[in-house]
Amino acid sequence: MTTTTPVSGRSHRAVPRPSARAGKAGGQHRAGPIAHVVLGLAALASLFPLYWTLVAASTDSHAVVSSPPPMLPGGNLFKNLAYVWDNAGGRGMGVALLNSTLVAAAVTVSTVTFSVLAGFAFAKLRFRGKKVMLGLVLSTLAVPAQLSVVPLFILTKNLGLGNHLGALILPVLVTAFGVFFMRQFLSQAVPTELLEAARVDGANSLRVIWHVVFPVARPAMAVLGMLTFVQSWNDFLWPIIVMNGSTNPTVQVALAGLGTGWSTDWSVITAGALMGTLPLLLVFALFGRHIVGGITQGAVKG
Amino acid sequence: MHRWDTKGTPYALVAPFFLVFAAFGLFPLLYTGWLSFHRVSLYNVDRAEWVGLRNYTDLFTGQVAHYFWNALLNTVTLGALATIPQLLMALGLAHLLNYRLRARGFLRTALLAPYATSVAAATLVFALIFSPEGGMANWLLGLFGAGPVQWEAGRWTSQFAISVIVTWRWTGYNALIYLAAMQAVPRELYEAAALDGASRWQQFLHVTVPALRPTILFTVIVSTIGATQLFGEPYLFGGQSGHQGGADHQYETLGILMYDQGFHSSMLGRASAVAWIMFALLLLIGLVNALITRRLRASQ
Repeated sequence: MTTTTPVSGRSHRAVPRPSARAGKAGGQHRAGPIAHVVLGLAALASLFPLYWTLVAASTDSHAVVSSPPPMLPGGNLFKNLAYVWDNAGGRGMGVALLNSTLVAAAVTVSTVTFSVLAGFAFAKLRFRGKKVMLGLVLSTLAVPAQLSVVPLFILTKNLGLGNHLGALILPVLVTAFGVFFMRQFLSQAVPTELLEAARVDGANSLRVIWHVVFPVARPAMAVLGMLTFVQSWNDFLWPIIVMNGSTNPTVQVALAGLGTGWSTDWSVITAGALMGTLPLLLVFALFGRHIVGGITQGAVKG
Repeated sequence: MHRWDTKGTPYALVAPFFLVFAAFGLFPLLYTGWLSFHRVSLYNVDRAEWVGLRNYTDLFTGQVAHYFWNALLNTVTLGALATIPQLLMALGLAHLLNYRLRARGFLRTALLAPYATSVAAATLVFALIFSPEGGMANWLLGLFGAGPVQWEAGRWTSQFAISVIVTWRWTGYNALIYLAAMQAVPRELYEAAALDGASRWQQFLHVTVPALRPTILFTVIVSTIGATQLFGEPYLFGGQSGHQGGADHQYETLGILMYDQGFHSSMLGRASAVAWIMFALLLLIGLVNALITRRLRASQ
């Protein structure tokens, strides 16, 4: 237990269980009522703000700040949603949602693809300078986003990409986290014998990657894809700088516009927050189990 | 098989990362350093005027020194408020999640739901909760006969409110990371401890926590890096005055200061200097991390 890799879901599963008594979670004791109450309260604290966003978004500007606060949804949800759909961020939340979807999808496809390729090279191939290069990948994990925003702002302006969605995609076409994540996964998941067998059969690198690496990597690709999508969708600092005052914003920029405007109509603001969060919550509801698994795998990067 | 195929392939595979890194990681890193010695306007980015160390001296002792030291202090206090309770709670929740539970899947998913919420959406909703007029936080305090509190106006109240947003979004995420680490702890360790008469609390303290040390260190580092860069929460919490971290800069972080100097005051050079100071801070944190890790390893 003294290695720098604190967790490995796979090796954990490989340890034979003495009995089925402990269940899959591995906890050896049944939780008492107090544990259930505490966890229930924590779940409530996690979910209540989301529920309350729905409540606030369905009231009107007066009811939302009345005392006591409303606890049940009102009748104005569709009116408020329609308002942000038409007006948020200049051209409406519909445009912003489309933009965010385009950006997040492009970033996700690109990051996942290039991460598999580089991760495979670092995991399974031998080449000169590999150690140094991998060290470089790791060291970039800690470089703060703030460090690059001013030059990137100048760069995108000179490239004519100011206020352009491309400015949100280009810098994150592939990330150090993605490469490292895939390397960790592929070094265990791809059997070296299989690679050698494919080589002996005369398959070139492209064929090996297409027919062996990508199929094996699929579960990790799904996890990395979801993590990347969430991160890209929720990214804030860079979009707010490069898209400030844009009439073609992403969801987060449109939301910032709602929150920092002169009027504070909270029911409209929360309607925007709801609309901007719903797509991700939907993804989450569908794939939550995988995201949970992905986050615990992501911890391996320590 | 072509020799080129085996020799060149690895480099072709890692090339996309290094191209992107060179263009959007390394080049900006160096360019920010160069810019930090210049005066550059937001509206004429191609004209950079050499000013030497002026941007740095402005920050340390010059006309904006007051804001800089204030922002540095706020980054530390806000970071501590947002990180320490969060990680302690995450550790406790993970411990409970590690028991055999009813509705385990639901609890895990519920705890992670805030992670799927963006900074913008979460902060706007919490800004309403902490709003002085009709906010839910003050209504709750009123039920206990306290308040109302002007959350946004005070230094500590505003920093508390902002740290609640950060804590809300990230506690479940960290709890799941801890949970995964706990599940990898060999059962025999607990059995041996139980035979020695250790209570559950003692087992947690003397088996779980030591086994989790690398993971705890990892989350501390990641959270510290995140806290050092705090931007979206204070920016949006403040509404109209968010770009300067409140009317009195009472929750201005280094991230906010960089934004305000560069993209509100049009001092891109000075903003670059702030960015480099943040980078230096993170390097320092990384160094301390490396030292702690080495000591941990030596002691084991």
